[in-house]
Amino acid sequence: MTSSTSLLRVEGLTKTFRMYHLDSMLHAFEGVSFDLHRGEFLLLRGHNGAGKSTLLRTIWRSYLPVGGHVWYQSEEGEIDLANAADVDIALLRRHEIGFVTQFLNARPRVAAQDIVAEPLRLAGYSAAEALEQARHWLDQFGVRPELWRAYPSTFSGGEQQKVNLARALILPQRLLLLDEPTASLDVGARAALVRRLSDLKSQGVAIIGVFHHPGDVAELIDREINLATRVVADQTESDEDVAV
Amino acid sequence: MNLDMSQPALERTAPRLMRTEPLLTMRDVSRRFGEVEALRNVDVTVYPGEVMGIVGESGSGKSTLLRMMNLEDTPDSGDYRLQLPNREDGNLFDLARYDRRMLCARHIGIVYQNPHLGLLMRHSSSGNVAERLLVAGERSFDVLRGKAREALDASEFPLARMDARPIELSGGMQQRVQLAKAIALEPALLLLDEPTTGLDVSVQALVLDTLKRLQRDRRITMVLVSHDLGVIRTMADRVMVMRHGEVVEQGLADQVFQDPQHPYTQQLVHAKL
Repeated sequence: MTSSTSLLRVEGLTKTFRMYHLDSMLHAFEGVSFDLHRGEFLLLRGHNGAGKSTLLRTIWRSYLPVGGHVWYQSEEGEIDLANAADVDIALLRRHEIGFVTQFLNARPRVAAQDIVAEPLRLAGYSAAEALEQARHWLDQFGVRPELWRAYPSTFSGGEQQKVNLARALILPQRLLLLDEPTASLDVGARAALVRRLSDLKSQGVAIIGVFHHPGDVAELIDREINLATRVVADQTESDEDVAV
Repeated sequence: MNLDMSQPALERTAPRLMRTEPLLTMRDVSRRFGEVEALRNVDVTVYPGEVMGIVGESGSGKSTLLRMMNLEDTPDSGDYRLQLPNREDGNLFDLARYDRRMLCARHIGIVYQNPHLGLLMRHSSSGNVAERLLVAGERSFDVLRGKAREALDASEFPLARMDARPIELSGGMQQRVQLAKAIALEPALLLLDEPTTGLDVSVQALVLDTLKRLQRDRRITMVLVSHDLGVIRTMADRVMVMRHGEVVEQGLADQVFQDPQHPYTQQLVHAKL
């Protein structure tokens, strides 16, 4: 069960993919355990294929774990994300847990400002207020005003990613999962992202992230886990490594 | 390759944390047409405000299931309940034909793939929408026309053409008239049977965007049947996969597409262009 101070407690989480067409199994990771507290930033390290993104997607429940637990302290009470009903996961995604990938999943013919405003509309904000905030965050991430009403499907990868970040970070969540969000960003947008993450962290948002260049967020990292070696390193108190 | 298709991957049954009650609950619904078992022990739960997508190949039973939800047909066995305000709970399949018709007219909207099934092609577009309001008891001409206009506008139908007959309109415009008719009474449940099949991609995108906006702004609960996995992936919160009249998998839309559990779902997802 979750300790009184932790927001998330991952216990023995295991993910295996069964590939029927190859009649084989692919083991992504096994027995991963760690705690995460409010306002804490945890970096996932490991070589390509170590299971960093898969771990994030398993916590988010795009992937179904085959073993273990993900105890999450929600506003409604404690819930095991590994085994929770789909509808509970859907509601938590709407209100408490965010996931940022390096790709924008844009619907065709929807303007950038409407894509960014959508989470606020779903949360009950008025159309005018949602639009105002959407424009603010598009501006913060460096999307030029002449693009706000354009369709992002025609944007470059970097511009799409700015829209993606503005949308994903417009509502403060309690838990934020970041899967290489700085990929394809220019320097200005990267700085805006770090500022926003720093703000969210200081508001108590817990963050788990995978970064190509962890140096981008070095100042925010509290702890890291290397999924290849299963070693947790505390960035703030000592250099001592703790095996998990 | 000999795949074990016998074990369905159904929704997790962990105790619920949130207090949301389902809008729609179907249990153990079976329907046979002669030798063909169109539906076999199908369970469905749909929650308020969500889009439930149903996918499967032709003949998998998805449209039959949608017709059951719209009470156009009754099963050989099964239970169907809708959580509606000011209504006694009970099995809707037990209602008399007139009561079923009134309940559908008032609380359920439907958009068919073929507009001929949903529209009177020689009546005006506004008249088609008003007809739904008439069934629900509205009699004032001004109110009828005003509400029809409002529903057509919400469906992004060009109001300058509201007196045109559907037979004079393009396929995309006909779907908008169907949509306006379906939402005119602000239904609790909107059923969509292949609403974009046959439309060119630009019109398809417009219709999907309209549906998404309606869901977001009006919190309309939708059940969307499509064989187009791209449409389902864009629209649905949760997905049911049907095969030979049975539900073989259901889950969150991204999970079903990214980590399908059932061999048939894996085949389906891998076959997507």
